[in-house]
Order: sequence, then structure tokens, then C-alpha cells
Amino acid sequence: MKYIDEFREHSLAQQLANAIKQEADNNRTYRLMEFCGGHTHAIFRYGIQDLLPDNVEFIHGPGCPVCVLPMGRIDNAIELVEQHDVILCIYADLLRVPASLGKSLLKAKASGGDIRMIYSTQDALKIARDNPNREVVFFAIGFETTTPPTAVAIKQASEQGLKNFSIFCNHVLTPSAMQAILDAPEPVSIDGFLGPSHVSTIIGSQAYEIFAQHYLKPIVIAGFEPLDVMQSSLMLIRQLNTSRHQVENEYTRAVTRTGNVKAQSLMNEVFCLRDEFEWRGLGLIPKSALKLRANYAQFDAELRFQLPAIKASDVKGCECPAILRGAKRPVDCKLLGTVCTPENPMGSCMVSSEGACAAYWSYGRLRGARTNKLSA
Amino acid sequence: MTKTGDIRQSRTNLDIRNGQVNLSHGSGGRAMAQLIASIFVKHLDNELLRQGNDQALFNVEAGRMVMSTDSHVITPLFFPGGDIGSLAIHGTVNDVVMSGAKPLYLSAGFILEEGYPLAELEKIVISMAAAAKQAGTAVITGDTKVVERGKGDGVFINTCGIGVVPAGVNISGNRAQAGDAIILSGSIGDHGVAIMSSRENLQFATTIISDSASLHNLVADMLDVTKDIHCLRDPTRGGLATSLNELAAQSAVGMVIEEQKIPIKSAVRAACEILGLDPLYVANEGKLVCICPAEHAASILTTMQQNPLGKNAAIIGKVISDDNHFVQMNTAFGGQRIVDWLAGEQLPRIC
Repeated sequence: MKYIDEFREHSLAQQLANAIKQEADNNRTYRLMEFCGGHTHAIFRYGIQDLLPDNVEFIHGPGCPVCVLPMGRIDNAIELVEQHDVILCIYADLLRVPASLGKSLLKAKASGGDIRMIYSTQDALKIARDNPNREVVFFAIGFETTTPPTAVAIKQASEQGLKNFSIFCNHVLTPSAMQAILDAPEPVSIDGFLGPSHVSTIIGSQAYEIFAQHYLKPIVIAGFEPLDVMQSSLMLIRQLNTSRHQVENEYTRAVTRTGNVKAQSLMNEVFCLRDEFEWRGLGLIPKSALKLRANYAQFDAELRFQLPAIKASDVKGCECPAILRGAKRPVDCKLLGTVCTPENPMGSCMVSSEGACAAYWSYGRLRGARTNKLSA
Repeated sequence: MTKTGDIRQSRTNLDIRNGQVNLSHGSGGRAMAQLIASIFVKHLDNELLRQGNDQALFNVEAGRMVMSTDSHVITPLFFPGGDIGSLAIHGTVNDVVMSGAKPLYLSAGFILEEGYPLAELEKIVISMAAAAKQAGTAVITGDTKVVERGKGDGVFINTCGIGVVPAGVNISGNRAQAGDAIILSGSIGDHGVAIMSSRENLQFATTIISDSASLHNLVADMLDVTKDIHCLRDPTRGGLATSLNELAAQSAVGMVIEEQKIPIKSAVRAACEILGLDPLYVANEGKLVCICPAEHAASILTTMQQNPLGKNAAIIGKVISDDNHFVQMNTAFGGQRIVDWLAGEQLPRIC
């Protein structure tokens, strides 16, 4: 496949692996946080860790929108279905995320809730048009990557006068999460970041310059293909070896410094900042999430259905919050592989295909078996 | 399907072109007899079915028999490369022949939804008949039920198949041994992607055709090379990954497969990339996995490649000793990873 195979080329991977081995200083470690779940997925799926020396360590970050969604928001969504009888349109990743009291959207669907898996916001609009006598709510979730399509849907709903359509907005912002990790009371030791790729196509690489300057951390915007991850790792190692802390862009085929200005404008037109928003693992972060602007408030499901703020507790023993901060690894969780498996997830990191625990369990536990210990 | 007396006299007054299934077609009365005679018996016609009893009476051969049942609830009912009728035959025939058996007879139980067009039903039955004939089998008994509109999905079909295992053949999922070779009969993921792409909101520019087919001839060819085949499995739901994990668990072994050796069509790969799916977990309906002693692998592979249904066959890996029963994969990229059991459904990513 053109433009795919080129980024998975074995011989190039070996060349990069050799370069990393040569340039990585044996007298130090390199703790690199891969921000996105897509990076985590690539690292495990392609066995990238096998190609790198032991002193180059990946720390899994919070860049999985399903993983950072607090349980209370799933509770809200279940309430929409069970108490307000809406048609809830969701991206399928959300189906199995645990909610309070052992519930999930999957169980709500099995109990008769009208929950529909969709592939795009346009599907949700069509369902609203096809069901004029039903309230249709789109569960809007994701970082800056998925926000513009939601904005388009809102504008279209407004133009078409769709009175039975609204969104349950859970769009969050990447820079806020990065800042929360760096400002944490007990900060995790991170030498550099593999920066978000798809998000950066929208917001541009300049969004991270403040972190490089203020926190003196090198950041390399990295694509999701395995060669992207390896090349970006090499770029970070070179920055660290020369005590540089810059924002570099490895993903030049898609990301510019300024990003997609049209998409940014669209987002600004439709959304504004929330005062604060709860992130699983990171707590309440000010100015970290979006809500609909006042002139589009009629499409806000939280207002339309007066949804309460629900504070729900994670399952006892679940280390998802610490894993999302990079403070712990999947193998540090006592629930991993015992009571928490992909078939019976206790936390969101095991549910989402982007989650660190799911990636580790599905692809990576071979390394632990080899070394007679679970190590990611 | 029977319970009708002389069913050949009942073929009257059924408007197949414009008619629809209604509740009377499942009531056991004249309307049901007409439906059975005009569609099912007409197209699936054979001597045993024509007996018109509540069961088919036939002579049995000496030796060992196998029986398998399968239910088909696919959406859409018609898809590129097949339909629920042919799929029902292929699926059950393949389950039978994965024991090394020669397939003999089939049953077919139809659950029809009120309102389903008779013309569409006839198309399905005609397709079924052709698939059964091509597989050298016959549908010799059946049943028809009708559920109210909204209580079904047009047509559900349950099939049961029986076959006879030749002497000297001992194929079972628990017989894989360390050192055995793993052979795959062709490209993976065709059926699952064909089904997904035929759904309303997932149209691709390239039409991907289901690989739905009966594998009786391919298995017969392989057994002509040697009866010393340890395991056969058709990787349907859950795909190749699921079949390999099943066999590893049943046999208490591990496996190592080579990503670069696994055949996959570029269109299927592309569709899986777009949807965020792993083709290892995508369904097939005309492929098999063979585990055999390494010394037979080359000759079995050569024979498979001479059959149209095995022309892209490849040796994709080997069985190893492993107390964890892991299926490992050497990635094309140069790393290693586990190929785990499928958890839930494979779902597209959200970003």
C-alpha cells in the first residue's frame, strides 16, 4: 500500500535501531513520554521496544480520549438513554467503558436503550433527520482531531433547523493535559515528549513551544507509523544529548507550525472554553475542555436535559489514573490480567484500543514472559 | 419444512414475484405446504427431501461420522460474492470437512420474518441449492418458522451437516505438536471486509468480494498427499488470530507466525487501515488453517497451491512449546508481539 508500507519498512527500521543504539548514551536513561494512544498502540503492535536499547524507555501518556473520560460522564450518557429515552449516537470505543454500579453503555443497549454506533457526525445528523419525533444526542468525544467535525455538525444542524439534535460535549484539549502532567504536585520524570500527531494537524506544532521553552523539555511531533515513532525517538535522543529543548516536527507530511487555520476558526466559532473539566487520572483541569458557545446552546444536551455533574469513583485498586499520568505502568497495577482483562475491563485503559493496558495486554506481555516478569 | 403429506401436489397459487412471507406460511397449513413445495422443494429437490416426512431416512456407511451445526444471521443478506443461502451451505460444509470428512447431507431450518419478499427468499434458496450441489451434498430435511414483523431480520438460517471420516484420518484441534508447520490456504479478511463495505455507510471505491466457498475439494486434495494432518480449522468469526489461539489452547502449545508470510489483498489491507481494524481478526468464509508435521508441509502446500481455493496458500509459521500458549508474531517491522484472543468486537478507532 503506497504511503503505508514505506513507513513500516523493516530495513529502515533496522537502520534507525542501529542509529539509536549508537547515539543513546549508555550512562543515562531516556524517558520518553509518547503522548497519544496511537503511539502506544504502534509501540506494542510493531514490537518497537524490542528494537531499542534498554535505557530508552517509553512512558505512556494520557492521549486517549476514551481513557481520560471520567466515569461520571458515562453515567450521564446512560441517564440520557434510560431516563430521557434519547437515541444516543456514539463512537463504538465507548461501548464497554465501565460506568458506576457495574454499568456500561453496552449493558444499557442490551437492556433496550437506543444506542447507535456511528462512524461520523454526519451519521448522527441523518439519524436525527430520519427520526423527527425522537431526541437524538451525539456523544461528542476526542481531542482537537475530532472537534472540527462536531463543529460542522452543529453548524449544519443549525442551518437545517434540526430541533431534535444535540451533543453531549466531551471535547478536551491536548496542551492542557501536557501542562497538567508537567505541573503535577509529584511530577513524573520525563525527559521528552513524542508529541501528538493527528491533533497537531489541527493545532500546529507551535502549540507546544511554550512547554519546550518553559519546562525545558524537548518535544518531537511524531506520526503514528512505527518508523515515525522510531525516527522521533532518535530526534529526541539527539536533542537530549545536546541539551536542546525545542519543538521539532517529524510529521512534516501532515503537520505545519500553524496547523489547520480553517479548522481552528471553525472550532472557535462553535465552541468556547469551559472553566474547568474533570479528567480521569489528572483531576479537574482549568480551561482544558470545550463547550458550545451561547449562540449554539440549544444544541447542548447538558442544558437541554439538565444533566447533573456526577462524581464517580474508579474501581478500587484500578491504577488507570496513575497510568494516565505516566506515574505508573500497566504492569504496576495489581488488577492487570487478574480481574482486569479486555474481556472484563475494570478501567478505561483496558477498554480502549488506544489504552496503555489494552495495548500492553494484547501485544506486549510477551516481553514479560520472556524475562519472567511483567515489564512493559 | 415437511409435515405435508404429498408435498409435490401443493405447488399452487403462490405469487412468488409479488408475494411476501406472512404468518400463515409458518402455520402448518396449506399456505406453508405451498411455500415448501414452491420454493424449498422445487429448488433443493432430491430424493430424500421428496420423501416428505418429518425426518429423512437414509443408509449409513460404516466408520466414523461427524455432525456440525451453524446458524446464520448475517446483515446484509446479499453481499459481494455471496448471500446468506450459499454462506449457510459453505459454513456448515466447511465445519464438517475440517475433520477431514466427506460431507454427505445437510438440514436447513429457516426462520422467516413476516413481510419478507418471496422473490428474495427464492433467490436465497436457489443460491443454497447451487452451493449444496457444488459441494456434493444435499439438503434432505428442513423446517420453516415465521416470526412477526420486527421480530427477525428477514431470514435466519440454521444448518446442520453430517459427513463420513475416511479411515486413517485423525484431525483434531488438540493434536498440534511442537515443530509442526502452520499453513494458511489464502488471503485473510476478505469476507469480513466485504460485509462491512456493503453496509450503507461504508462504501469503498474497490469492491471487495467475499471468499465464501466450500473447501471439501481442497481438504480432499490435501488428504490425498498424506492422512497425517494434525489440525484443520476454518478461521471464520474472529479471523486467523482466533483460530490460532483456539488451537494453541486446545493443544497446549505455543505458535510463532511471520507477519510477512500472511497473504492479504491490498484492498483488504487498505480498508482495515481506514477502519482501524486488524485483519488478523477479520472473518473469512473460504479459508483454512492446516497444522501438520513439518516434513509434510512442502508437499501439502504444493498441492494446495494447485487448487483454485488454495492458490495463495503459504506456510506462515510453526508450533512451539510454550506453557503460556501464546501465539507470537514476528512483525514485518522487525519486532515481536502477541497475537491475542479478540476482545469484544473489533471497532473502528475514534481518532
